[in-house]
Amino acid sequence: MSAATLVRTRPQWTRFATPAVSVYVALVLLLVVGSVLVGARGGMLLDQGGILNILTRSTALGLVAIGQTMVILTGKLDLSVAYLIGLCSLIGAETMAGDPGMILPAVLLTLACAAGVGLVNGLVVTKLKVNAFIATLGMALIIRGYLENAYTGPAGEVPRVFQHLGYDRIGPVPISALLMLALAALAWWFLTRTRGGYHLYAVGGDEEVARFSGIRTDRVVVLAHVLCSVAAGLAGLFLASRLGSGAPWVGTDAGYDLESIAAVVLGGTLLAGGRGGVAGTIGGVLILATLDTTFDDLGVTPFFKDVVRGAVLIAAVALYARRRGLR
Amino acid sequence: MTGMNGTTTTTGAGRRLRLADGTAPVLAVLAVLLVALAFTGPAYSEPAGYLALLKRAAPLMILAIGQYFVIVSGGFDLSVGSLVTAEVVIAARLIDGDEAATLWVIPFVLGFGALIGLVNGLITTQLLVPSFIVTLGMLLVLDGAVFLWTGGSPRGALSESFRMVGREGFDVPLIGQLPWSVLLLTALVVAAVLFMRGGTGRMLVAIGDNQTAVRFGGGHVERVRTLAFVLSGTSAAIAAVLLGGFAGVSAQVGDGLEFRVITAVVLGGVVLGGGRGSVVAAMAGALTLEALFSLLNLLGISGGLESTVQGVIIIAAVAYASVGRSKFRTRKGTS
Repeated sequence: MSAATLVRTRPQWTRFATPAVSVYVALVLLLVVGSVLVGARGGMLLDQGGILNILTRSTALGLVAIGQTMVILTGKLDLSVAYLIGLCSLIGAETMAGDPGMILPAVLLTLACAAGVGLVNGLVVTKLKVNAFIATLGMALIIRGYLENAYTGPAGEVPRVFQHLGYDRIGPVPISALLMLALAALAWWFLTRTRGGYHLYAVGGDEEVARFSGIRTDRVVVLAHVLCSVAAGLAGLFLASRLGSGAPWVGTDAGYDLESIAAVVLGGTLLAGGRGGVAGTIGGVLILATLDTTFDDLGVTPFFKDVVRGAVLIAAVALYARRRGLR
Repeated sequence: MTGMNGTTTTTGAGRRLRLADGTAPVLAVLAVLLVALAFTGPAYSEPAGYLALLKRAAPLMILAIGQYFVIVSGGFDLSVGSLVTAEVVIAARLIDGDEAATLWVIPFVLGFGALIGLVNGLITTQLLVPSFIVTLGMLLVLDGAVFLWTGGSPRGALSESFRMVGREGFDVPLIGQLPWSVLLLTALVVAAVLFMRGGTGRMLVAIGDNQTAVRFGGGHVERVRTLAFVLSGTSAAIAAVLLGGFAGVSAQVGDGLEFRVITAVVLGGVVLGGGRGSVVAAMAGALTLEALFSLLNLLGISGGLESTVQGVIIIAAVAYASVGRSKFRTRKGTS
């Protein structure tokens, strides 16, 4: 249509407006608007409590979303993370059983179980050639069945030392949020500076071409699934440390499966894979958390949050799609 | 890759009455399940038992028809679960026990479903947002909006005549009571099969297989894809009328239906990404899922393990289908 003319008339500066940058611009705008709105009601959005609130909300979702980014970059997706988070919180809390000496074994065991689930996901996707949507949905159902059968409520106990992980903070910044950001930085380094990261993008761009270029695509996809599950395992441990025990439905109640996909896509990563990155994802997570905190401060009913969230998600992706169309 | 497969599908749908690709396994599984039901449950020794099963399965099968249209044209519709909840809650609020209101509420509910589908379709095709995201956003919007409107918990009541379609039936000699929902289902099945044999239906499959080729061939890709979403929204509205009648008003009536119906469609051999599978197989998938639940119930497998079994079965079914297909592809590719 008019795409050709639009390309010519595009101003030079839009070259820098990558999705990741526009996410942070949107975040700043949202913070300003939120501050004004909350300020108009006599409150303050970005006081100590507000910052703490935003960052705490971001931590669990951020951890899951970092992992989800890896999987989505390869063109797959993981719907099993929500139940896996619940499972991991239980494994961690039950192994610790209130004993500080068991923290390290419990963490290792939890992450090993998570990695095992990711490995199965990856192998089912690559070796059995099951669509990732179905494979991880099936895995979600399997974990859910186990949780429903074996647990009726919270179980296990986390020692006090481990709870420091969830509650300690430097000023208004929780330690756990810093750890999440450190993990995000690590993921960013992996994706943009290492061979493994490049392979992830290559597989997401075109799996056939990547295979013909000599990349072992199956390994890359399995690796992405394992990393995603381990990230979900970390989120489960973090939530266990916040709650003081493991809870089977802690992941599903917050809807971390679809929520994490929403955050990743909001951050400018293509659902089809091959484009995007962790920086945008963290921006997306922060936007969702800021929206929540602002609405809480404004005293809006929780149902309205969902409406806005859905609208924001569709609008953001429509804008990205439009920009790509112009390119 | 998909183009190579596409040629085999279209020849399969030709003059010869051959089962579409991927239909045979699900029919075999369904037959095994039905026979197993007859052996385990005394209720299944006569037609009434199977009619009751069909009545239970009717909403999911109708949803499967709608979801099939979307999936075979290369999309997803995740909004149907919350749309079903929304429709039931809206109908209850509007009717509020008033018999006279039923007459205009049912068309309104159907129109609302079609409208939501239209919005989904237009955003997907015009704003180029992946349908997964569009319908995920729609899921959030519907969930929030309905409860915003009702103030947290559903109010009002459905009228008797509204509930009749989902609940009651009429007497037929020989087989006993024939539920209205089964009759409605039969009509929709016939309509769906005729639709898929027509030009628009074939174009739907072709779009899922290779959108660009259809566009170059002069097909109205956007219009047909939007139509698929409208049909899916309408199917959710019909399912909501049945479920509202069958189960009554609750805020959980549509919970998880979107994943269950996608599971059913995939179980029927329809390939995510589009271009392959038949609408009858998609419905057989839905019936298989319901028969499986009934069988697990009869065998006394508790609610917890039910979902584990479901998970294992869908992975196994899809793995079986796709491993078989990839063998076929290699052979074709090398020759």
